[in-house]
Amino acid sequence: MADLWSVYLWPLIIIVAQILAIVLPLLLAVAYLTYAERKVIGAIQMRKGPNVVGPFGLLQPIADGAKLFLKETVIPTGADRAVFVLAPMLTFILALIGWAVIPFDEGWVLADINVGVLYLLAISGLGVYGIIMAGWASNSRYALLGGLRSAAQMVSYEISMGLIIISVLLSAGTLNLTEIVNAQQGMWYALPHFPMFVIFVVSILAETNRAPFDLPEAEAELVSGYNVEYSAMTFALFFLGEYANMILMSGIAVVLFLGGWLPPIDAAPFTWIPGVIWFALKVCFILFIFLWARATFPRYRYDQLMRLGWKVFLPLSLAWVVATAGVMVTFDLLPA
Amino acid sequence: MIHALTFYLFAVVAVASGLMVVTSRNPVHSVLWLILAFFNGAGLFVLMGAEFVAMLVIVVYVGAVAVLFLFVVMMLDINLLGLREGMLKYLPIGAALGVVLVVEIGLLAVDWTFASEAMTLRAAPTPDVAEVSNTEALGNLLYTQYVYLFQVSGLILFVAMIGAIVLTLRVNPNVRRQAISRQISRPKSEVVAVRQVRNREGI
Repeated sequence: MADLWSVYLWPLIIIVAQILAIVLPLLLAVAYLTYAERKVIGAIQMRKGPNVVGPFGLLQPIADGAKLFLKETVIPTGADRAVFVLAPMLTFILALIGWAVIPFDEGWVLADINVGVLYLLAISGLGVYGIIMAGWASNSRYALLGGLRSAAQMVSYEISMGLIIISVLLSAGTLNLTEIVNAQQGMWYALPHFPMFVIFVVSILAETNRAPFDLPEAEAELVSGYNVEYSAMTFALFFLGEYANMILMSGIAVVLFLGGWLPPIDAAPFTWIPGVIWFALKVCFILFIFLWARATFPRYRYDQLMRLGWKVFLPLSLAWVVATAGVMVTFDLLPA
Repeated sequence: MIHALTFYLFAVVAVASGLMVVTSRNPVHSVLWLILAFFNGAGLFVLMGAEFVAMLVIVVYVGAVAVLFLFVVMMLDINLLGLREGMLKYLPIGAALGVVLVVEIGLLAVDWTFASEAMTLRAAPTPDVAEVSNTEALGNLLYTQYVYLFQVSGLILFVAMIGAIVLTLRVNPNVRRQAISRQISRPKSEVVAVRQVRNREGI
């Protein structure tokens, strides 16, 4: 009996506690990301943003959540019920499980696996299923068009993202995210790979279907795209999934390019602040770019979006991989 | 014990979803079951310690190939009743094909002999899992010993890609395309006029 406890049950309890320690702050962050988005966009457009519910409107996300929770879930008659209900759950689950491999600080990681980068690529590649399933199962034209647009868009931008990640991997010499961060001691990869950092940030905008690449849910053309038939909690799951995905993608960008938990300068006043705080600050910086871009740029036309992905980003990132490899071999910089 | 349990979980779900791929009426459901089967295949690879291959299966098959599959199947306008009507007509041909395949596999299985040193050759290049990581081991093999095969498979894919583009590319002279370089190289003086507009007067 003691064996069962120490070998199976105790580790299980530890893992569940760790998962909760990641998921609960994440959900809180998602809630306040929506608040931050409305405040930031409000400030950019010289409005006040939410300021009624609670002090400074701080309880607004809670009120929104409660509203969605109390509404009725409507399933359209012609919908494929199983797939219709499965799609939002899939989106939400995929946005959560990516966090398993993200290192928040030295050793603060749920699963320190050797193929962490590939795992993240796989998870972000799966994100398209939630949307395409929702679009198809709704049995509605707008939803289907939104789903198809999104599928094409995410597949296109994933390719250039993969190539960008390869040039980072060439410099780091490992697929393990903790080791990638440690390899950035002294120089964050955003400096030598600056053009790739820019392209990566633009690509994650497209990958998460955010403005100016939010064609799958372009209100003016598709009403609301793939989630037009969803209501109440099923809609809330899509919403949570989208925002959790934004934070996840920002986290990936921070780990790959901005040195994860490392302080900007390895000296006294900066090293007093714990690594988790640095990580959170950097994630907030990337998230601010998300919101900033949404308030600044008009939506891309669909053919322009495809042109940018395939004819601009793909050749550029491929050329950068070749250039990185060439430089590293010529100057003998390859990591052992 | 846990290892065996997870193996049977993955294996059973993989086989069951494989069956569902063939038997489900709705082709979109078939593709979704196929994706579940891929997933469990990847799970089995993880159990074997081949984590790199597992992730590649998910990235390539689930993340790219199956998406395109789903894309195509969703766009097909399939009459489900019509599909079932043809069932009896094609059953003999399908059954005959199946029987031929089973007989062939049976013949092979009975008559199969391994070359004497095949097993040692197969096991030889595999380095110890504890020493070298999956990715490194695969890379070392792929880009040294099998580099020509690797390049040839790349060329084959390249040719297939060009073929697909040639087959589907239609140049329509009536389409007015956007020339971005021409758009952004227009001088400011041609396109923008700055006027001082007085309040309540207009231009």
